[in-house]
Amino acid sequence: MSAHPVASTLRGFSQALARTLVSEDAAHSGGLLQGIDPRAKLVGMLALVVASALAHRVPTLLALLAVGVGLAVASRINLWSLARRVWLVAFVFTFMIAAPAMFLTPGVVLWQWGGVVMTANGVHTAVLLVLRVEAAVTLSTLLVLTTPWMWLLKALRTLGVPVEVIALLAMTHRYLVLLAETANQMFESRQSRVVGKLKGAEQRHMMINTGGVLLSKTMAMGDEVYMAMLARGFRGEVRLLADFRMKVRDWVAVAALLAVAAGAVVAGR
Amino acid sequence: MHIPDGYLSPSTCATMYVASAGFWWQALRRTRRQMLGRALPRLALMAAFCFVVMLFNLPLPGGTTGHALGVGIAAIVLGPWGGMMAVSLALAIQALFFGDGGITTLGANCFNMAIAGSITAWGLYQLIGMGSTANSKRRLVAAALAGYGSINLAALLAAIELGIQPMLFHDASGAPLYAPYPLHVAIPAMMLGHLTIAGVAEALMTAGLFGYLRRNEPGLVGLAKDDGATPRTPRSLWGGLALLMLLAPLGILAGGAAWGEWAPKDFADQAARAQIAAASGNVAAPAVAPLGLARLAGVWTAPLPDYAPRFVKSAGFGYFLSALFGVGIILGVVWLVQIFSGRGGGGMAEGAAEISEERER
Repeated sequence: MSAHPVASTLRGFSQALARTLVSEDAAHSGGLLQGIDPRAKLVGMLALVVASALAHRVPTLLALLAVGVGLAVASRINLWSLARRVWLVAFVFTFMIAAPAMFLTPGVVLWQWGGVVMTANGVHTAVLLVLRVEAAVTLSTLLVLTTPWMWLLKALRTLGVPVEVIALLAMTHRYLVLLAETANQMFESRQSRVVGKLKGAEQRHMMINTGGVLLSKTMAMGDEVYMAMLARGFRGEVRLLADFRMKVRDWVAVAALLAVAAGAVVAGR
Repeated sequence: MHIPDGYLSPSTCATMYVASAGFWWQALRRTRRQMLGRALPRLALMAAFCFVVMLFNLPLPGGTTGHALGVGIAAIVLGPWGGMMAVSLALAIQALFFGDGGITTLGANCFNMAIAGSITAWGLYQLIGMGSTANSKRRLVAAALAGYGSINLAALLAAIELGIQPMLFHDASGAPLYAPYPLHVAIPAMMLGHLTIAGVAEALMTAGLFGYLRRNEPGLVGLAKDDGATPRTPRSLWGGLALLMLLAPLGILAGGAAWGEWAPKDFADQAARAQIAAASGNVAAPAVAPLGLARLAGVWTAPLPDYAPRFVKSAGFGYFLSALFGVGIILGVVWLVQIFSGRGGGGMAEGAAEISEERER
């Protein structure tokens, strides 16, 4: 069953939905990052992500990763969950890509076995890549985990993202869950009516047909949503209720995060 | 193909954000005009649909499975601007919320998949489907190739962005600082999987969804039911073609030979050598033409060298005649294809006209 494409699709939906719920839970639990104004957090954490992208030195990347771990602990994020969901996945994916570079990059020979040569330059490149990805993924995940999605979207206004785009993102996220559930139900109802094992072409036909019905439902739902918007007084203008207020601790937080990012940029060169 | 954070240098990321911003701005400008209509929920829901389709693990011929992006069908249903908006939104949510694709690399990912992907898909669908009737196989093939072409162009762009990193960003010892593989490794590594698996998944998904919509919701793909009526000729396309032909002589405003289009004799000519050096960062050209270039340059002699038939003295008029000749050849080939595919009676761009009229509505 595990190799069945329909089953793996269903598992993908379930995981996506589960992640949505987990993220909202963590965002509402009391902790350091949860208590900071979303705008301050967005600017500060993005600065750290950019700093990790700019860093060219292993110690700097290790320090940024340590900052991420420290912030996770202070924000009551489950480290085991973070390790399993973020660090391990990022490590496996990046290491698979970076590992051949240890042998393909020219440089001082560290180890040789026949024609296989591991170089210092290659190892340095691979370590840099893995650490940079780990640091960036940790920091960006913390931002998302500790901020309710709607607050994060509203905070994007700080970066000059147009209000229509924010409304579109909010609407996409909202109906994404609904469409995923609809697709899930369609697959389940189809599966429950299938006896025996379908051939590859039959499975493909079934999935594409499901996708087609889902697309029809999507467009119909778009029209229904539009009608509902009109019924609630939509006149073509998108407005957001921005009720954030920066307090002293928020200014301190953003200053501290920007200072760490600036320090990392200087030290990482 | 979703490039994560850390693989591209910040300057590459910034460049790709700037490149994408122009398209986003234009797409948003066009969408804003329609904000009083159904564009807002339709875009959002199509973005959500693309996201869900990306989760589909499609069984492919040969026993393997692959994921589609949904960019092909999004571009066909919403047009290139709507398609790039919808796929960009889906990619933004993937990056921000699900950590699939980086935040710093979001501009690059959107440029590759949403922007270049949508334009390619829409362009291929229009080009190949042009002139065919609503129920023709050609439209289905056009949809499949739109999906296949868009995903592979997106993969190629991603491979180029990754492949230039070691050339541009390395430390003093030469160790790459970001993605470690040069172009000659990155391009084959990326394209192999996309030409054989991901491209096929996108082609099957796009053609399958297009076929479904054509049967059940033809209006969504800009098609009316095939009623056998004589299609109308899109005058705007003919007018645009004529304008482009009239503008063809603009090419002679630029002096000298185009970079990389040198003839063997240019290497011996002092003025031409000076132009080559000036256009090549003051690197002097070789004293004699490279042997391979000299050997192959004479293999084929064009019937209209330098876009100017011998009997025409005016360079501008020669360019115009060449444009007329070139367009005539292309129209002739398309006409022959239509005859051999049994679609001889259709207008040249009837499909494009139907779709553009539907979009305008």
